Amino acid sequence: MSEAAVGRPSGVAVRGPRRIDRETLLMLVVPPVLVLLVFGGYVLWRETADLDPTELRQLAWPTILDQIWDHTKLTLVTSALVVVVAVPLGVLLTRGRVGRAVAPVVVGIANVGQAAPSIGLLVLLAIWIGFGFWTAVLALTLYGLLPVLRNTITGLQGVDPTLVEAGRGLGMSSGSVLLRIELPLALPVIMTGVRTALVLVVGTATLATFINGGGLGATINSGITLFRFSVMIAGAVLVALLALTIEWLGRLLELVAKPKGI
Amino acid sequence: MTTAPDLTKDEQGEPSSTGGGEVSGAEIVLRDVVKQYPGQKTPAVQSLSLTIPAGEIVMFVGPSGCGKTTSLKMINRLIEPTSGTILIDGQDVKQQSQTELRRRVGYVIQGGSLFPHMTVTKNIAIVPKLLGWDADRISTRVDELLDLVGLDPERYRDRYPRELSGGQQQRVGVARGLAADPPVILMDEPFGAVDPITRQRLQDELLSIQRELRKTIVCVTHDIDEAIKLGDRILILQEGAQVAQYDTPEVVLSAPANDFVADFVGAGSSLKALSLARVNEVELRQEVTATIGESTAEVRKRVEDAGSRSVVVLDGRGRPRGWPWLRQLKGETIVEPTEDLVNLDQRATLNDALDTMLSSSHGGAVVTGDRDQYLGVVDFDAVTAYIRNLEAEHE
Repeated sequence: MSEAAVGRPSGVAVRGPRRIDRETLLMLVVPPVLVLLVFGGYVLWRETADLDPTELRQLAWPTILDQIWDHTKLTLVTSALVVVVAVPLGVLLTRGRVGRAVAPVVVGIANVGQAAPSIGLLVLLAIWIGFGFWTAVLALTLYGLLPVLRNTITGLQGVDPTLVEAGRGLGMSSGSVLLRIELPLALPVIMTGVRTALVLVVGTATLATFINGGGLGATINSGITLFRFSVMIAGAVLVALLALTIEWLGRLLELVAKPKGI
Repeated sequence: MTTAPDLTKDEQGEPSSTGGGEVSGAEIVLRDVVKQYPGQKTPAVQSLSLTIPAGEIVMFVGPSGCGKTTSLKMINRLIEPTSGTILIDGQDVKQQSQTELRRRVGYVIQGGSLFPHMTVTKNIAIVPKLLGWDADRISTRVDELLDLVGLDPERYRDRYPRELSGGQQQRVGVARGLAADPPVILMDEPFGAVDPITRQRLQDELLSIQRELRKTIVCVTHDIDEAIKLGDRILILQEGAQVAQYDTPEVVLSAPANDFVADFVGAGSSLKALSLARVNEVELRQEVTATIGESTAEVRKRVEDAGSRSVVVLDGRGRPRGWPWLRQLKGETIVEPTEDLVNLDQRATLNDALDTMLSSSHGGAVVTGDRDQYLGVVDFDAVTAYIRNLEAEHE
């Protein structure tokens, strides 16, 4: 953003609505089309294939829809929690000398949270605080924290310091500079972190089934334990479709949240 | 000018002095101001004492690292002085909260430093909003300021900074600094990031605005020519912000206080004297004018009757928009010329005038007064006549 402002000869001004480049456009159009096609294929297969009673029970529509809903809920609740925790934390870690000194340590801890095997994290937390949806949310939050935290810090650090000084010089309080200048300008970078977290969480949420947290992992797991190949693949395909949809939503969010003028 | 906002209530109404509008600026006094950064042996600013009279432009110049920007930023406490006192209009700046102080002191930064995610209006409205003005008052003020800095409000108010050229961004930056009508304006290398022609125009416009508003303006620059052109007084600083000379441009040029100043002002100071003479001291030629929308045939006749071959085209508000030759006039009525006319403000220096004239196919330049009103044209003959006069006076 600041590069563009400096690099442009002073005689030339850019006019016109925000341009969406070709890659962005492709990533906005292709995934939903693909998801709809494949899901259509799944519905067709589910309604016409010759399934045995076990398969029919496992792939019954109410069960599947329930799992999709649980999986989505896990993902969205976790991501919301991640944003609520990571963004303020990232802000704190860019304030003052203390914050900046502590920042590498906190990012290091978040790094460990992500590097730890997710299944291990889930099971340990479940043993500690019990099984269920909220334990899964907690474990997934720890897991998804890093990208948002890191991008919040990077985004805020990337704000042109002369703009911050300009805000202060005009008589804005530091809180006002943060809310009205720094955060809006860092928003695109933060939103990229949120999208990354969404994708991480939607994939990892498949494991929530092991601690009774719900989600599409249950179908895959039954497929494996019951030795029903079709059930296993059906579960895997549905998880993949959900992940693509969530990723697409993330991109949409990124585009909508981007402040005009940048 | 609208009435000053009530933030100036504690101002002691400086008696207005010579020429122009009434002085709306306030006096600034620096007393033994020191800035010592921790861990550095020598202070960045060693005991600076200075009085900046109300309503004047004072230019801080000096080599890089001399402490000029530090000195400037101590006035609005972006940098806190280690010791010493700074008074604005008799009030110690330390007695006020930082934010309150800064809302009363305009701040203009290199390149404009506009916030890219806010429209022109929002950028300019920042301080008025902080001061709690109502929406109507803010929007009136924004339009008025855009007009003052030479941008058409209709066209520019809802644009984002990236949709503006560098010069336009800088203009909006000046408007933002003036927004709440502060008595004091600080400028930090305001025209450093634009090309020379735009810079010259912006300087002229600043002088024209200052003629109207009479603020106290403190401006940092590393360009001695800019200092000579803009400053009522020039403060030349040596390392550690030691005052090498503090005087009017005339005195600095003709009687440099020491070798440092002489070196800094540089050779060719008789040529630099061209920077002291203003276009309004030269006799202007009256060129035939036409207004956009007039019938071309009538204009053509008028120009031919006057024995001229070109015409200055004005817009509806008397601002020159182009200076075409007769043969370039086409169509039934006069239309807005497409060329980008470089105007000279009447306060532009002869140096700038020569520059502009050299790049013009007319061998002259269109001169404008307050708010870009057309005054006449200046040409080489007028300038040489003026110089010959000067020489004659000296002999």
